[in-house]
Amino acid sequence: MPDEPAPSPTGGPPDDPLFFCDPTTRRVFLTRAAGASAAVTLGHGLFSGPDAQAAVQAEAGGGEAGGEEEVTLLINGRQTKLRLDPRVTLLDAMREHLQLTGSKKGCDHGQCGACTVLVEGRRINSCLSLAVMHDGDKITTIEGLGTPAAMHPMQAAFVKHDGFQCGYCTPGQICSAVGMLAEIKAGIPSHVSADLLGEMSASEEEIRERMSGNLCRCAAYSNIIAAVREVSGDKTGGEA
Amino acid sequence: MKFDTPALDNPIDRTRVIGRPTDRIDGPAKVTGTAPYAYERNDVAPNAAYGWIVGTGISTGRIVRIHTKEAEAARGVLAVVTYENAGKLAKAKAHTARMLAGPDVQHYDQAVALVVAETFEQARAAAKLVRVEYAPNKGRFDLAAEKENAIKKDSQVGPADTATGDFPAAFARAAVTVDATYSTPDQSQSMMEPHATIAAWNGDELSLWTSNQMIAWAVRDTAETLLIAPEKIHVSSPYIGGGFGAKLWVRADAIMAALGARAAKRPVKVALSRPQIPNNTTHRPATIQRVRIGAGKDGRIDAIAHESWSGDLPDGDIETAAFQTRLLYGGANRMTAHRLATLHLGEGNAMRAPGEAVGHLALEVAMDELAEKLGIDPVQLRILNDIQHDPEKGPERPFSSRKLVECLTVGAERFGWAKRNPKPGQVRDGDWLVGMGVASAFRNSPTQDSAARVGVDAKGLITVETDMTDIGTGSYTIIAQTAAELMGVPIERITVKLGDSKAPVSSGSGGQWGANSSTSGVYAACMKLRGELAKKAGFNVNEAVFEDGQIRAGGRNISLGEAAGPDGLTVEDKIEFGDMQKKFAQASFGAHFVEVGVNAVTGETRVRRMSGVFAAGRILNPKAARSQVIGAMTMGVGAALMEELVVDKRFGYFVNHDLAEYHIPVHADIPNQEVHFLEELDDKSSPMKAKGVGELGICGAGAAVANAIYNATGVRLRDYPLTLDKVLEGLPSIV
Ligand code: FES
Ligand code: FES
Repeated sequence: MPDEPAPSPTGGPPDDPLFFCDPTTRRVFLTRAAGASAAVTLGHGLFSGPDAQAAVQAEAGGGEAGGEEEVTLLINGRQTKLRLDPRVTLLDAMREHLQLTGSKKGCDHGQCGACTVLVEGRRINSCLSLAVMHDGDKITTIEGLGTPAAMHPMQAAFVKHDGFQCGYCTPGQICSAVGMLAEIKAGIPSHVSADLLGEMSASEEEIRERMSGNLCRCAAYSNIIAAVREVSGDKTGGEA
Repeated sequence: MKFDTPALDNPIDRTRVIGRPTDRIDGPAKVTGTAPYAYERNDVAPNAAYGWIVGTGISTGRIVRIHTKEAEAARGVLAVVTYENAGKLAKAKAHTARMLAGPDVQHYDQAVALVVAETFEQARAAAKLVRVEYAPNKGRFDLAAEKENAIKKDSQVGPADTATGDFPAAFARAAVTVDATYSTPDQSQSMMEPHATIAAWNGDELSLWTSNQMIAWAVRDTAETLLIAPEKIHVSSPYIGGGFGAKLWVRADAIMAALGARAAKRPVKVALSRPQIPNNTTHRPATIQRVRIGAGKDGRIDAIAHESWSGDLPDGDIETAAFQTRLLYGGANRMTAHRLATLHLGEGNAMRAPGEAVGHLALEVAMDELAEKLGIDPVQLRILNDIQHDPEKGPERPFSSRKLVECLTVGAERFGWAKRNPKPGQVRDGDWLVGMGVASAFRNSPTQDSAARVGVDAKGLITVETDMTDIGTGSYTIIAQTAAELMGVPIERITVKLGDSKAPVSSGSGGQWGANSSTSGVYAACMKLRGELAKKAGFNVNEAVFEDGQIRAGGRNISLGEAAGPDGLTVEDKIEFGDMQKKFAQASFGAHFVEVGVNAVTGETRVRRMSGVFAAGRILNPKAARSQVIGAMTMGVGAALMEELVVDKRFGYFVNHDLAEYHIPVHADIPNQEVHFLEELDDKSSPMKAKGVGELGICGAGAAVANAIYNATGVRLRDYPLTLDKVLEGLPSIV
């Protein structure tokens, strides 16, 4: 790891609408990952020729030193220090190392949203982020929102409106919905917002657009919209 | 308990708990992330090592050599399992292809090795060091090209061919005819939870904590594959992140985890990675379907034929795409036929409403084409051709209940069908061409024997155990509702334990038989428990009323707990279905109405409104049933507009094998969906008087979308999915 701490990729100012295209994000990732393991950013599909085997072997060895990295995560208000293989994603750090199995792995490739958690209040796909990139970050998972005995209003609304069936996409949907409503409140526009600078509403159209990174094969979509609308308290802009 | 005569009035009819839109009892666990799915069972196997499956890189051929040395030497690796060191294995009868390749390879991404390591990252990285040399064969991958070589093969669920009357003659003399050919692509179930298993050996006993729809089949097929006695196998699957048919049978995750655990001498957990799922597991096979319908000028069908071609691996099964056509509409002269081609793609198998889901995509569009030719409203045409008995077998086999006509009329009314302009391409909303479509929904409603154990303790708390599974269907909740209704207690007093092979064998979840069959099994066990409690308390069972936690009879009452005694009382029983399915055609029905907008410039289709009316016997829990239906309707939209596993016809595999490339509907694709259930009790189906509803919603949903696109644009498409490029080709002629 480089000595001087780079800004967290998820730690941008929440009221900066350009946050999501912050050019430092990619640089930060590369810097940190390079410190962690030479081959970690490369998918094996990219390899060909004689270099391929060497690179794959480097990865199999777990980085040059095969060493672990220390990382401190602040998950659901609890601080945890972990020594991790730098290839461990944030999702697997939670699921496999901290027994926080509420966040789900649907694809491990950023395609489904089942692994959505809130990092510094922002929703991210935790499968697309390495744990070592989150040293010191404040993370909220589904377990941190509520418990069966004391559910978060979003969790209670999902039960009431049957916003799930198999339940596997559900923690991701709920974390995403909580983060999404905060984005609307912060005035961050979406693809369907009519006015990029005006006040945002939690209309059905906005929710549908903003939640589209969270797949539900059981397709509880209509019910999820009902649950999120209820929690948002927004009565404007019904069916588009 | 035998079920071989129609149900009489029974305690379920009280409907104090059953039939109510109860919230799911497993809901709080699921929304808080505390319901443990298969890969998360740290409670049972805290020291599990990690397995990663290596898939074959060819579709058919032979393994010449497997190099595992580098992988074995990699950091953290505990074992590498291949066919060379796995020990003797067999193919379970229920599997078409083996779960581990070698020396021959049967399809692309068939498991060829499992790498077991201390950590997930180590296993995944070491898996890349496994090198396999192959001698590939030339395979067949193109259904259209193999159609001529397809053979007649009966399905496990019915004969390939049926015929009544004289179809060719009737079709030749018909006043109005339709003869159209449709094609549907391979599709992927794409449930959100990948197949996953933790396996552990204790001596010669194997435990599998897995994600599986059919516990007893999982035990059977694991025993057959590993050549061990079924009594030595324990399977547990209490939470399942969706199945849609993909988890009806144990797959490579379970078998390879078992082999890995044996080799590493410790528990091993294996999940298929998302990109492995379409090629490694099962998929819904592509079809080519020809539908011919001949009708009189009055719209009455006299001749109807439906033929379907599909492919599968050698020894595979047909996609039963013409099955609904045997029962849905009248017509004296009829035939159906299925032909099977050999294709060396992965195993073709069940996906939600196998056969009927894709069969409707052809038949219900053909009906739309016929309606247009006749100049008859498509809703009316369907009503005209309703029939109250099995049209192949005659009036001796009536439907147990059939409200297709009511579904169509009520649905048309609720949707505002009367506003539809029958002439296509007439309604415009800015850049959007707007159209409406209708389709019938038909799905057979099979039943399966199902057992349960029900106990009451000294406090009057009730526990139901059965190996039934809840794959998102609501089994936990409807089983609790059933027990609460019959035992006369609030639902909070019921504990339901599912998905464990130590419990009595249930129907499992498949073929939309789960809800009706498994609750009937619970009904049988509860009725037996009622009898024994009454006897113990000295009541006449026929007079005993179970209410408010009490048993009452002859002016006396006693609490359930007291009647059970200090040790409680537990009984087991099973519902055994007799020949009611033979005597009566049993199916659930519905009608789909869809409004779409098709962009006049880009050809993009957006679904604007969806509405459906369904009749499926007693609706055990309208909230959960509605969710099943909207989920299935959405999958129907996927089938119509986007879902397609693209075949690489040179190398023989599905190219778009992940959720980025295999498109399923997302939030933005689905408008509010309206679902309405008709009142119906089916006394021939079961003591619950319910029918299947879990798969009904997909049947016809996609056809209604296709028909709406035609009404919007005048472009008739017969090759699914109906993507914008196909729409665009037809658009300029009318825009
Ligand atoms: S698991 Fe992270 S997006 Fe699918
Ligand atoms: S609830 Fe099953 S995938 Fe969403």
